[in-house]
Amino acid sequence: MLLVRWTGMLAALLLAHGIAVAQSAKPTDPQIAHIAYTAGEIDLKAAKLALEKSKNKEVRAFAQDMVRDHTAVNKQALALVKKLKVKPEDNDTSRSLAKDADAKRAELSKLSGAAFDKAYADNEAAYHKTVNGALQSTLIPSASNAELKDLLSTGLKIFQGHQQHAEQLAGSLK
Amino acid sequence: MAGAALMALCAAPAHAETIRVEISKLVFSPSQIAAHVGDTIEWVNTDIVAHTATAKSKEFDVMIAPGKTARQVLTKTGAFDLFCRFHPNMTAQLEVAPK
Repeated sequence: MLLVRWTGMLAALLLAHGIAVAQSAKPTDPQIAHIAYTAGEIDLKAAKLALEKSKNKEVRAFAQDMVRDHTAVNKQALALVKKLKVKPEDNDTSRSLAKDADAKRAELSKLSGAAFDKAYADNEAAYHKTVNGALQSTLIPSASNAELKDLLSTGLKIFQGHQQHAEQLAGSLK
Repeated sequence: MAGAALMALCAAPAHAETIRVEISKLVFSPSQIAAHVGDTIEWVNTDIVAHTATAKSKEFDVMIAPGKTARQVLTKTGAFDLFCRFHPNMTAQLEVAPK
């Protein structure tokens, strides 16, 4: 029952944001590492799109922050899994995240100017909120290894900062 | 002898201090900082990401790269609300008294 409850919570959270997740056992450390890394990569790709498209100074600064922070956190995550001899394992949650992100990026690619800026900022706020929720409710509590848990916890604080920054940015754009 | 005694009676000028503020896991420590004009703050960033110590009033904006220390000499009195521009969930308060 406990196993179903964890995945139920994660699934419910992601479903609430339109991300379908297959029911499976509680995420293992290799799966958690893969999900966290994938989530970071997604934000990196979104930021690179924003840097290609946006001419807005605040949007560009935010996107640059995302590139800087997510590159640093993912680098740290890779170093940790190497040290722990953990091989990140692909899984349904990572696949769902990636699939939805690809669709969102395709949508954003069609926009430009103020419309792009607003849509990008809104999505960044929503995306960080979703991922932070998953970190807090499932990924961090499920992590077995203490160092992985610690990195995820620091990551959560960083991403909560991003969420706040994204919300401020979205609020300032028309 | 009288000259030395007179010298001893004069108040010594305030000595400029160096105040170390550590930034670790997105927390400023101490988060309530008491200083004087002429003091130096050493912002020590032990995190893997860059942070800033920025005054909301825009008086100053110090960037500290990951793993690095930035030094800031305080030149103005006042009570400053600080935050990190990149992670606005990080806050601190700085009080700068006259020399």
